[in-house]
Amino acid sequence: MPHTAARRALRAAAVIGSFTITSALTIGPSSAADPIKIGSVLSATGPASFLGDPEQKTLKLFVEALNKKGGLMGRPVELVLYDDGGDANKARTFATRLIEDDKVVAMVGGTTTGTTMAMIPVFEDAKIPFISLAGAIEIVEPVRAFVFKTPHTDKTACQKIFEDMKSRGITKVGMISGTDGFGKSMRAQCMKVIGDYGITALVDESYGPTDADMTPQLNKIKNTAGLQAVLNPGFGQGPAIVTRNYAQLGIKLPLYQSHGVASKSFIELAGPAAEGVRLPAPALLIAEKLAADDPQKPVVTEYKKSYETATGQPVSTFGGYGYDGIQLLVGAIERAKSVEPQKIRDAIESTKGHVGTTGLYTMSPTDHLGLGTESFRMLEIKGGDWVPAEVK
Amino acid sequence: MAEFLQLVFSGLTVGAVYALVALGFTLVYNASDVINFAQGDFVMIGGMGTVFLMAAGLALPVAAFIAILAAVLVGLLLHRLAIEPARGASPVSLIMITIGASIFIKGVAQLVFDKQFHSLPAFSGTAPIAVGGATILPQSFWVIGGMLVLVLGLWLFLERTLIGKAVLATAANRLAARLVGINVTVVLALAFGLSAAIGAIGGILVTPITLTRYDVGTLFALKGFAAAMVGGMGNPIGAVVGGLLIGLMEAFGAGYLSSTYKDAVAFVAILVVLLVMPQGLFGRRSVERV
Repeated sequence: MPHTAARRALRAAAVIGSFTITSALTIGPSSAADPIKIGSVLSATGPASFLGDPEQKTLKLFVEALNKKGGLMGRPVELVLYDDGGDANKARTFATRLIEDDKVVAMVGGTTTGTTMAMIPVFEDAKIPFISLAGAIEIVEPVRAFVFKTPHTDKTACQKIFEDMKSRGITKVGMISGTDGFGKSMRAQCMKVIGDYGITALVDESYGPTDADMTPQLNKIKNTAGLQAVLNPGFGQGPAIVTRNYAQLGIKLPLYQSHGVASKSFIELAGPAAEGVRLPAPALLIAEKLAADDPQKPVVTEYKKSYETATGQPVSTFGGYGYDGIQLLVGAIERAKSVEPQKIRDAIESTKGHVGTTGLYTMSPTDHLGLGTESFRMLEIKGGDWVPAEVK
Repeated sequence: MAEFLQLVFSGLTVGAVYALVALGFTLVYNASDVINFAQGDFVMIGGMGTVFLMAAGLALPVAAFIAILAAVLVGLLLHRLAIEPARGASPVSLIMITIGASIFIKGVAQLVFDKQFHSLPAFSGTAPIAVGGATILPQSFWVIGGMLVLVLGLWLFLERTLIGKAVLATAANRLAARLVGINVTVVLALAFGLSAAIGAIGGILVTPITLTRYDVGTLFALKGFAAAMVGGMGNPIGAVVGGLLIGLMEAFGAGYLSSTYKDAVAFVAILVVLLVMPQGLFGRRSVERV
């Protein structure tokens, strides 16, 4: 027994020794303070890597820049990153490791709704703040004391669209939704809030995620009397085909798409048929086109520039969620002047008017997302490009 | 009436693609009794290959030609590397090999191409043509016309040429075919190459309408298989009728009933055919002669 104990002590000493050497090498002699440990479990590889990869790059870039500026409260920040590969089981294991072994003070991560939901109980039990980067509204509804999130929800997008419809005097719409996860969830959210705007859906069609022809469904919509606009919640190629078929059938009603297709590839796939289509999109996608006095303009242009120069890849809203998450956390730690998890949590919850890439965050005990419909911009496709849609 | 016509156009366009895939099934099945589930992936190779060659600066006809050659090469390799070494295995094992090959092709396509959706410009404009209150895209005529030309060509090949007869003879009795001097291996390779070319041509024709991605082949294979089963496995005319029928049933189902069950139509059709007339509409009755 004494033999193993001695050996363990030796090994521990060796580990501590090597750690001090490496940290001395990386941080330099000027900062002798302990680093502040922030955890992150992301799906940097696997099926959700198109979300997790930009998030990981963004977090690394931000922490690097922060440490160059002297860190947080005079202490360097250490980002403890794990890659769950999109697997909820792994995510949960890593979450436990972050808390028990790495002893992080807070966590920014959780790329998908699945991984986030698996990790929530771990952080709630340990009372460590957890800022999720995943989409579903279930993460913050009902409100959990230590769980926050940065991406806007489908509900916000629906509200934005209905606001725009209302301002154009549209009260009767047709729905055509994808039956994939995104389309289903958004359709359900839209149906929940549609009544608040005095709008009714006269037809409610659907299509499979791999369907290649939506003219039968659109034909039904075309033959429904009294429609004033059509809304298409969907993701992937479906909305592009809907838009093409819509033009083929010569339907003249305004067509609304969702934020699920707010990318250049949608315009390319839908071609000339996309002219006049309206959709809600985050400010980050139209950074150059924002008005000079837009409160988000400086934030989005700076993030876009630093991300694109560092990675050589076009900026995405997903990386923006990570940027907003770590900024909210750093801001909260600065205001709390403490790295005690409970105090950080309180500070995050009291965030007021924080300008992020996704929108303006104002948290409260009943709202752990804090984004309003102003976080979306209504865009119209004109001449093969986005332009801000004028509200009539 | 306009609504009915619109659904007919929609059904015929989509059905023509199913028919082309079913034709590919038919050809390989005729020569080897194998149902080649990688048939849908030839459609993908045709579409994706053309997209990427055009992006590299080639003109559409050149890009399409090279993409078809690439698909033929993949078809030949599939035969040489996967089917030929397993010669003598039961048809079920061979079918499993083709499913494996299909997964492999999708995996490679993810690396060679990418994971995004792509489109091709329409061959002759995108202005819809109005017919009796309904509209049809010019590209739909290309798809339906291309399908008719291919099926006629294939029928002539099988019925009117010596090599075509050799394909049919190989299917009927491999040993007897060999005894009368038919090179069975060459015939099989020919069937795989030809079916790959047909699939790729189909893929190029429909990509302007349906878009393409590395994994579109699976759905085409399933629907095409349903079409081949309904029409009667092994009969080119049956493949066309089956494809168009499935396309029309899907369009009418989505238009008049509910779009929720659109994909179920093809599979319900398979079940009904298997229960009521297992040989399909035009299939040869399997009669054992003593």
